[in-house]
Amino acid sequence: MHEPGYNFAYLDEQTKRMIRRGLLKAVAIPGHQVPFGSREMPLPYGWGTGGIQITAAILGRSDVLKVIDQGADDTTNAVSIRRFFARTAGVRTTERTREATVIQTRHRIPETPLTEGQTLVFQVPIPEPLRWMEASERETRAMHALQEYGVMRVSLYEDVARHGRIAKTYDYPVTVNERYIMSPSPIPKFDNPKLDRNPALQLFGAGRERRLYAVPPYTRVKSLDFEDHPFHVETWDQPCALCGSTTSFLDEIITDDAGTRMMVCSDTDHCTQRRAEAEDAEPMRRVAS
Amino acid sequence: MSSEVLLKVSGLEHRYGKHVGCTDVSFDLYPGEVLGIVGESGAGKSTLLKCLATQIEPTAGTVEYRGRDGVMRDIFALSEAERRLLLRTDWGLVHQNPRDGLRMGVSAGGNVGECLMAVGERHYGQIREQAGHWLQQVEIDLDRIDHMPETFSGGMQQRVQIARNLVTRPRLMFMDEPTGGLDVSVQARLLDLLRRLVGELGLSAIVVTHDLGVVRLLAHRLMVMQAGRVVEHGLTDQVLDDPQHPYSQLLVSSILRV
Amino acid sequence: MNEKQILLEVENLEKRFTLHMQGGVSIPVFDRASLAVRAGECLILSGASGAGKSTLLRCLYGNYLAQGGHIRVRHHGELVDLVGAEPRVVLDVRRDTLGYVSQFLRVIPRVTTVDLVMEPLLLRGVAADEARERAEALLAQLNIPRTLWQLAPATFSGGEQQRVNIARGFIAEYPVMLLDEPTASLDADNRKVVIRLIHDALARGAAIIGIFHDAEVRDAVGSSAYDVQQARIAA
Repeated sequence: MHEPGYNFAYLDEQTKRMIRRGLLKAVAIPGHQVPFGSREMPLPYGWGTGGIQITAAILGRSDVLKVIDQGADDTTNAVSIRRFFARTAGVRTTERTREATVIQTRHRIPETPLTEGQTLVFQVPIPEPLRWMEASERETRAMHALQEYGVMRVSLYEDVARHGRIAKTYDYPVTVNERYIMSPSPIPKFDNPKLDRNPALQLFGAGRERRLYAVPPYTRVKSLDFEDHPFHVETWDQPCALCGSTTSFLDEIITDDAGTRMMVCSDTDHCTQRRAEAEDAEPMRRVAS
Repeated sequence: MSSEVLLKVSGLEHRYGKHVGCTDVSFDLYPGEVLGIVGESGAGKSTLLKCLATQIEPTAGTVEYRGRDGVMRDIFALSEAERRLLLRTDWGLVHQNPRDGLRMGVSAGGNVGECLMAVGERHYGQIREQAGHWLQQVEIDLDRIDHMPETFSGGMQQRVQIARNLVTRPRLMFMDEPTGGLDVSVQARLLDLLRRLVGELGLSAIVVTHDLGVVRLLAHRLMVMQAGRVVEHGLTDQVLDDPQHPYSQLLVSSILRV
Repeated sequence: MNEKQILLEVENLEKRFTLHMQGGVSIPVFDRASLAVRAGECLILSGASGAGKSTLLRCLYGNYLAQGGHIRVRHHGELVDLVGAEPRVVLDVRRDTLGYVSQFLRVIPRVTTVDLVMEPLLLRGVAADEARERAEALLAQLNIPRTLWQLAPATFSGGEQQRVNIARGFIAEYPVMLLDEPTASLDADNRKVVIRLIHDALARGAAIIGIFHDAEVRDAVGSSAYDVQQARIAA
């Protein structure tokens, strides 16, 4: 049961309907930015108002919500947003990726593979991937409409000319469904491959910029590159210090004033699960040896 | 020169409300021809050029262009997408101010390569090679390929703009005062370059300028405009050496012979 | 080529200047100019100074606009009327058939002497190497020192400029040539070179119309004459 005085999930039903209409259009045109009437939310722009509005619009009473920020469930923002929906929607919340039906995220895609029926909601600061090359909104809209994406490749060219390689490591532009170029939000490029043909529905919301876009399940998403400078993801030369994973995205954590560092999984749920599974396996191993 | 018309302009007019920008302009342009348009400021030259290059829509008349497939098409009957594609592949547009025709935040190589990337080139090495080739064609040192246009002089910026246009091997170039704002020696170098390129590449071009020296060097044909109308039209050297219309005579007699 | 073939004929050519800057005063030059020149012939234009000889030559080249009449040039076998012709037709004729050596060299900044002389060949599609070879040979024949070949002619003497002009005019071996005082600023030796060039041109079947102040040259090359005065409009 949610707190009295609020409509379910905070937003009024007309607003939710307007957002859902926008989302339908977004799903029908994968990667295309749909304008929507972004509302004033009880937190400032830049703190995920777009993502929150999408979550509010699609949340139902039986949904289970997970919220992460940079992969972690226990950072301030993730905690705030999760509590916000707990209060205004009364829905069950979780930290377990496998249990969630709706996952709102800032800057990461969970390591645990998603399944059909799950929805991933991304918080997006700047939805327009061409913005840095072309300041005019009118012009970028025309470029998308006419598929004039030369300018996007120019920024990649400039990277290679300047650094010898494509230097963009997050918010790495992708082509969706072989048509629109999209900003996947500031997720590390490590996560880009997860966008491709994901069984889950991926929704993107930018509150300040008032845009929605979507990648329906099983849609082709390809990262931009050159034939002779192909896209590749980051690797680390150490495993996670806590769970030993060699396949997840690692954060560097400083543990004391002497500057001691530790590399650990950015996805806290994933790391916790792995450690739990390792402990369960321990007694078996002791018996076997 | 081929005997098939490349650009056919009929009764072209552009009005701003009651004010006539240009009116009743008709001519045929053939492959390899350079047409100069001269006249004082306000004569309608830039308006005409903007109409021809589809930057603005005419209020009357037609512009037909023969594409690479040999088919004659009414330019303003095409969709915006088709027109923009034409501007990026078959046509070139050289602005008077190179800042209008370049991305100032992108290196010289990136500027020249953009047009290749816009038409589907995906190989960095090849894009860079072609960009380098065209920069050399406009006499810019290869070691400046990664430099920003801001670090270039006005004349060099103009040359980068020209290279950027040439990289897609256009058949028709529109130039608006290509040497305007440059000092005399730089102008001479640029004109020399344009002359050479037009000759070597068999380009057609329409050059708007108030400078009769530019047209004498570059243009085969000359159109003189006054108050929005074409008052004289013929072979460049004939119009300059034996002008018939009062306004042409005025123009020609006004040049200081140094 | 048929030796007797007419390569250029003029019929009732009319030329008048209207000076709008001087209140529209009309200056007539000639109105019944008619002449013909055949392959291997050199027609001398005669007449007093100011009679319109240069004007007639410029009309023939399309540099001046004729008010009436016809100028027919045999261009790729066909007679083409230049009066009222499209600019590109005139340019075509100038590229392949009709050459003009004016009194003064029009200097283009930064273009070197050898490039200037090569240009008419390059316009015809001749390979750069061959064009350069032929240009250099002709420049040598006209006694232009090798040291000047890579320089732009702006600083050359009048005689040197004229010889570059001649080289540019003769290099493409036009079937019809218009010569306006080609030896005006030349010394005796170079005059002889030009006479030789003219003879060579005539020998290969070119038709030439020329204005020569110099009697020696006139006598050496002329085969017929046309007095422009006879076509002058009575003032």
